[in-house]
Amino acid sequence: MAALTNLQRLEAESIHIMREVVAECENPVMMYSIGKDSAVMLHLAAKAFYPSKPPFPLLHVDTTWKFKAMYEMRERMATELGFELLVHKNPEAMERGINPFDHGSAMHTDIWKTEGLKQAMDKYKFDAAFGGARRDEEKSRAKERIFSFRSAQHRWDPKQQRPELWRLYNAKKHQGESIRVFPISNWTELDIWQYIYLEKIPIVPLYYSAVRPVVERSGTLIMVDDERMPLHPGEKPMMKSVRFRTLGCYPLTGAVESTAATLPDIIQEMLLTKSSERQGRMIDHDQAASMEKKKQEGYF
Amino acid sequence: MDVSDLIETDILQYLELHQNKGLLRFITCGSVDDGKSTLIGRLLYDSKMIFEDQLAALESDSKKVGTQGGDIDFALLVDGLAAEREQGITIDVAYRFFSTDKRKFIVADTPGHEQYTRNMITGASTADLAVILMDARKGVLVQTRRHSFLVSQIGIKNVVLAINKMDLVGYSQEQFDKIVGDYRAFAKQIGFENILAIPISGLKGDNITEKSDATPWYKGPTLMNYLETVDVEDISQNAAFRMWTQWVNRPDLDFRGFSGQISGGTVRPGDRIRALPSGKESTVTRIVTKDGDLKEARAGQSVTICLKDEIDISRGDLIAGTDALPGVADQFNATLVWMSDQALLPGRPYWLKLGSRVMTASVTEIKHKVNVNTLEQLAAKTLELNEIASVNVSVDRVVPFDPYTENKDTGGFILIDRMTNATVAAGMIQFALHRSQNIHWQAVDVNKAARAAMKGQKSCVLWFTGLSGSGKSTIANLVEKQLFALGRHTYMLDGDNVRHGLNRDLGFSDTDRVENIRRVAEVSKLMVDAGLITLVSFISPFKAERRLARDLLREGEFLEVFVDTPISEAEKRDPKGLYKKARAGEIKNFTGISSPYERPENPEVVIDTTKMTAEDAASFILKQLEERGMLMGYRVAEDTTPTA
Repeated sequence: MAALTNLQRLEAESIHIMREVVAECENPVMMYSIGKDSAVMLHLAAKAFYPSKPPFPLLHVDTTWKFKAMYEMRERMATELGFELLVHKNPEAMERGINPFDHGSAMHTDIWKTEGLKQAMDKYKFDAAFGGARRDEEKSRAKERIFSFRSAQHRWDPKQQRPELWRLYNAKKHQGESIRVFPISNWTELDIWQYIYLEKIPIVPLYYSAVRPVVERSGTLIMVDDERMPLHPGEKPMMKSVRFRTLGCYPLTGAVESTAATLPDIIQEMLLTKSSERQGRMIDHDQAASMEKKKQEGYF
Repeated sequence: MDVSDLIETDILQYLELHQNKGLLRFITCGSVDDGKSTLIGRLLYDSKMIFEDQLAALESDSKKVGTQGGDIDFALLVDGLAAEREQGITIDVAYRFFSTDKRKFIVADTPGHEQYTRNMITGASTADLAVILMDARKGVLVQTRRHSFLVSQIGIKNVVLAINKMDLVGYSQEQFDKIVGDYRAFAKQIGFENILAIPISGLKGDNITEKSDATPWYKGPTLMNYLETVDVEDISQNAAFRMWTQWVNRPDLDFRGFSGQISGGTVRPGDRIRALPSGKESTVTRIVTKDGDLKEARAGQSVTICLKDEIDISRGDLIAGTDALPGVADQFNATLVWMSDQALLPGRPYWLKLGSRVMTASVTEIKHKVNVNTLEQLAAKTLELNEIASVNVSVDRVVPFDPYTENKDTGGFILIDRMTNATVAAGMIQFALHRSQNIHWQAVDVNKAARAAMKGQKSCVLWFTGLSGSGKSTIANLVEKQLFALGRHTYMLDGDNVRHGLNRDLGFSDTDRVENIRRVAEVSKLMVDAGLITLVSFISPFKAERRLARDLLREGEFLEVFVDTPISEAEKRDPKGLYKKARAGEIKNFTGISSPYERPENPEVVIDTTKMTAEDAASFILKQLEERGMLMGYRVAEDTTPTA
């Protein structure tokens, strides 16, 4: 009998993790970022509990600066898969009009995402939140546990993480503490794409190439997704055939020039490319060991 | 044509090939300077998993903090956390990913220095194979033996011996053969079945992906070649059918399925199964997945199983094939790896998680611990961080299991501290203790309720805890007198009295204190069963043991009375002169001075002796008993209600 394939093993593992959380935690939620990893997470959740509906809501911590196409996808997926969708926008950030242009990427991310997530966790009293982070994304994530504990103040302490043996996850926690759970920790970027291809999972069209209006800023192509984007004097959007390898806030997400318009094209391009996935994300480049620092502060 | 050429020429065919790719998980073990990070960095680099932006960062980092004099320092690719980077060492388990045309690999990268046995066991628990690194200049070291022993304990059968830094010994075959010979002699003792030794240089790249010209005498495969092709036998596939129930799937009244990941063997509709520990049997009707029902499912798959009969199965129950049943026991022998800074205390209750089942358990006996460097067996009363031992474990109810060597999912467990919730140990079940199969509870008609009713009371334990000299015994004595005057049936267990008899063999170490309380808790349980109102007056400084006593009894039968006297006040009273002796260093482990007292969090009764006399305290406690209905029997005359 042939052994299970890599993708079959990964799928079974992720389903196992999701079921453990639902069985052991009181009030779980699934973080929904609308990207390709989130798309896979939703797909896995639908499988894990079938024929029941996934017994938890989706939470989108919105920054109001996502691509329009992402908001469209968000509404469509929640409806199609029958999830309850919760959207949280940090009221303080709304009031102060925090945006990446005037406040910089670090402050923008901190207030909208990090603070916003903490607020939502407290507001709904979630004791477990599924996230779509993968260990292959970034060096400090390679050491992240699948069940990652956060203090009542939402802080991550790399020295207090529990050893994870076999398939045994210890979900015990004190009042007020919560767990971030990463069911796709062991997937790589190629695994994600291959699974999307194999399972025909819908993704935001921005992943596919199209002619889009962009401007070049410090060597990065930024798409002009709406009229809020301030143009520099003399700067004119160029129409280029581009696509995105990761999706986030549009002013912070670099596009790559590409003609890959189908999934096999995208995978082919990814396999032939010479730069890593997170390169298009500005928040990783803010400072050395930046992701790790953000995590300690409570960013996912 | 090379498969990777397909990426450019025929991506669809490439994708199809890759969909069927397998996965190999392995662990690398080595000492601090064996070049482990360099080897992993090299594997990532050679399998083209390093992108240009990462390479640029690597080159600049190599110049800044590298140890290779400006050349690329591959170790920097895998050293993750900021603090580690500064110290130049890895301090935790990190998982790395790379793939070739034939397989995807997940590498558990674990540190080599002494205090991190815990990380190695963690990384090895999910590995199919171990790469043990050795420095060709140094040969078999104490650390090599330790790593090998741990790898053997966690059940890894396939071992690659990577003799690294061959460039520094002039690629000497003689040196290689000597090291391999030494190792094989040792490996026999620990039962490795399949060892391959490869001469490599992580730094220069010899025999990593390309056969090295420097070792013409070596005829075996390169490291990458071996990892791509080695046949790692998955014991779970040929094992008996096992599945822990993770979650009962009940979307509506018409559907009831049991969700879980199969831990061993295969299952088909029509198969006969038994649910354990209940022992009820039924037949599989469907194997449900969102992609359609399956004709067969096997180890590793996550499925939902439907049964013919409505038998009671819930989370934590094991579903097993009836052709080969697991054992069922409440006491077993296990190999235990201690992973916490706080030592193991035999008798202390912990949570035990086996599969999806969580129970209360305690270690009843440490048979011996093992010196991981010499494999020598040593006597032990306790286990410290990173120690490994053969122990007997007792669980609070019967549990289905298989020996760990037959099935990791039904034989591997973790222990969880009930106060901190930390994972404190990993255990591997060896065998059931026979005595657990021979004890059967006698079902008696004259039971606790009948005995208590005859005495006109509800039996319970009043557990007085507090510092030495807090006034526990004085108050408990007064309570007993008042109860006696009301015609109640009581018994008092006092710390000093019990220590002169039942517990005369115990001292005051943490281990003995735990055992002291365990025995008293068990005795008080018997007294409650006999229908008595039992007064226990013990310092009982640890939360965990008070919790143990509480858990032995039913809800409402255990009343914790916290006699709250500040240490300054207790020391001032010092009725037995013990504080003076403790201060003078004549008494070791004295609670409040040289041993901690953990204050109760939610006691039923709190007595502040700085605000209340002993008499008032006794009356207050009686009132509490009355309010809880403990004294409301048929013999209570209306006029005997105590005045507060």
